[in-house]
Amino acid sequence: MTELQEVTVDQYRHLVSERALSGETMLLNMGPQHPSTHGVLRLLLELDGEIVINCIPDVGYLHTGIEKNMEAKTYQKAEVMTDRLDYMNTMGNNLAYVMAVEKLVDLDVPERALVLRVILTELQRIASHLVWLGTSGLDLAAMSMFLYCFREREQILDIFELVSGQRMMTTYFRPGGLWRDVPVEFEAAVRDFIKIFPKRVDEYESLLTKNPLFLDRMLGIGKLDAATALSHSVTGPMLRASGVNWDLRKARPYMGYEQYDFNVPTHTEGDTYARYLVRIQEMRESLKIVVQALNKLPFGPVRSDNRKFVPPPRSEIGVSMEALIHHFKLWTEGFPAPQASIYSAVESPRGELGVFLEGDGGPKPYRVHMRTPSFDNLSVLPKIVKGHLVADLVAILSSTDIVLGDIDR
Amino acid sequence: MGVEQKLGNMGVVTTTLESVVNWGRTNAMWPMLFGLACCAIEMMSAQSSTYDMSRFGMELMRASPRQSDLMIVAGRVSRKMAPVLRRLYDQMPEPKWVIAMGDCASCGGVFNNYAILQGVDEIVPVDVYVAGCPPRPEALIHGVMTLHEKVKAEKFKDLAQIK
Repeated sequence: MTELQEVTVDQYRHLVSERALSGETMLLNMGPQHPSTHGVLRLLLELDGEIVINCIPDVGYLHTGIEKNMEAKTYQKAEVMTDRLDYMNTMGNNLAYVMAVEKLVDLDVPERALVLRVILTELQRIASHLVWLGTSGLDLAAMSMFLYCFREREQILDIFELVSGQRMMTTYFRPGGLWRDVPVEFEAAVRDFIKIFPKRVDEYESLLTKNPLFLDRMLGIGKLDAATALSHSVTGPMLRASGVNWDLRKARPYMGYEQYDFNVPTHTEGDTYARYLVRIQEMRESLKIVVQALNKLPFGPVRSDNRKFVPPPRSEIGVSMEALIHHFKLWTEGFPAPQASIYSAVESPRGELGVFLEGDGGPKPYRVHMRTPSFDNLSVLPKIVKGHLVADLVAILSSTDIVLGDIDR
Repeated sequence: MGVEQKLGNMGVVTTTLESVVNWGRTNAMWPMLFGLACCAIEMMSAQSSTYDMSRFGMELMRASPRQSDLMIVAGRVSRKMAPVLRRLYDQMPEPKWVIAMGDCASCGGVFNNYAILQGVDEIVPVDVYVAGCPPRPEALIHGVMTLHEKVKAEKFKDLAQIK
């Protein structure tokens, strides 16, 4: 358990070309501590001068054993782990997991909870794209993008803190609904954000979209064609930038996404710039969904009243014996789920985030597996960096928008 | 290392020099740009416009360990990452400090399992622990301030004995 292993470059020599063995090309280690790898990704590069001819990603530096840990927890408590999976998309992870649990035990969710879930996951999508925009701007030496994007992100995190008490690790969605209703200040806070945000996106675009320095670094770099993307099961903005119109919110609607009017931005170039455009446009589309959802937000309960799965409200516990028993049983034992296996997927900011759950009749999952988008999106990286300069690799890597917590879990 | 050994215990003269050197060390502490997981995002927030760590002379994150004197271990350290982290620490020049940011770096946090180091103090000496999962940027800044207090109170003769 305690021995620590260190992997050297020599152990990877069999993965690179013959020319590297004779010393004709150079092997270069990039990461795991590198400012542009967005976490602890290690890339082994085979270079011919400045040109990348081979790229071998080495993942696992952030392996956390989340899936294994979840098997030791009841269905409610395992949700805490999903927050730490893809830490830019905590609400989305919660959503994927609670949807899987609800599907497994066949639990219905009140309408108000569904609409609030949509608002919060779309805000989370915007926040995630803002971090991506800020950090990839930083990678391409546009320092001010980082400062602007994080300013808006703070506003979204303030909304999350308002509803859940935590900025990042919210665990706000629970099987059967939400942890509690949103406070009265919620609507005003979201409206404030809706008011300022379109102008802010215009501001980012005025800084980057037609900036010749930015275009030089982005146009035609890291081209990914649709066939390669599909064969590597690439999803999300990366796939849509390659011309495939595939968004789970449209293709397999969940949480009532079919009721909202929004477009799926698609570009055909498949290069780094197209990915940038897709994400910028997605932020605007997400805001459209937030506006529609907030306008139709119904009143009513935010948690299912199925007491076998959802704890009773605090007010009932003092007056009802059954409520007290349900509360006690739910928090000491958890609820049993049937012996079945299900898969449920949502569209995360990075692509298809799927949760596979296998119940064994007890209160704990027998197996949890996450189909995480970053992992599949990274698999295509060696293909698209070939022939580019090392400096372009930085731009390509940031355009894939990987999160290492999502890859390694 | 350096000025500590040369001065040793020289009484009143070093007392004032000590405070000048320590003051200098606290006011231009360069953290290493070293993010691991969720806490790294909050560390970036602490650097960004709203919280602005540059108020304390710490806006310059160095990507190279050779240019930095503070390592903020922001996130969970897996067993695969641990040797890398120790090597980075060894590459930092003296004097150097470590902040364990967040529960995972401090004690393993919610991940009590085979993959995660139960606290980064198993492999590097930690000066300040910042609690939270992840800690707010204010909490990180408070941790940094605590470290500054600690550095200001450092005595050359104690450092010379330790090293």
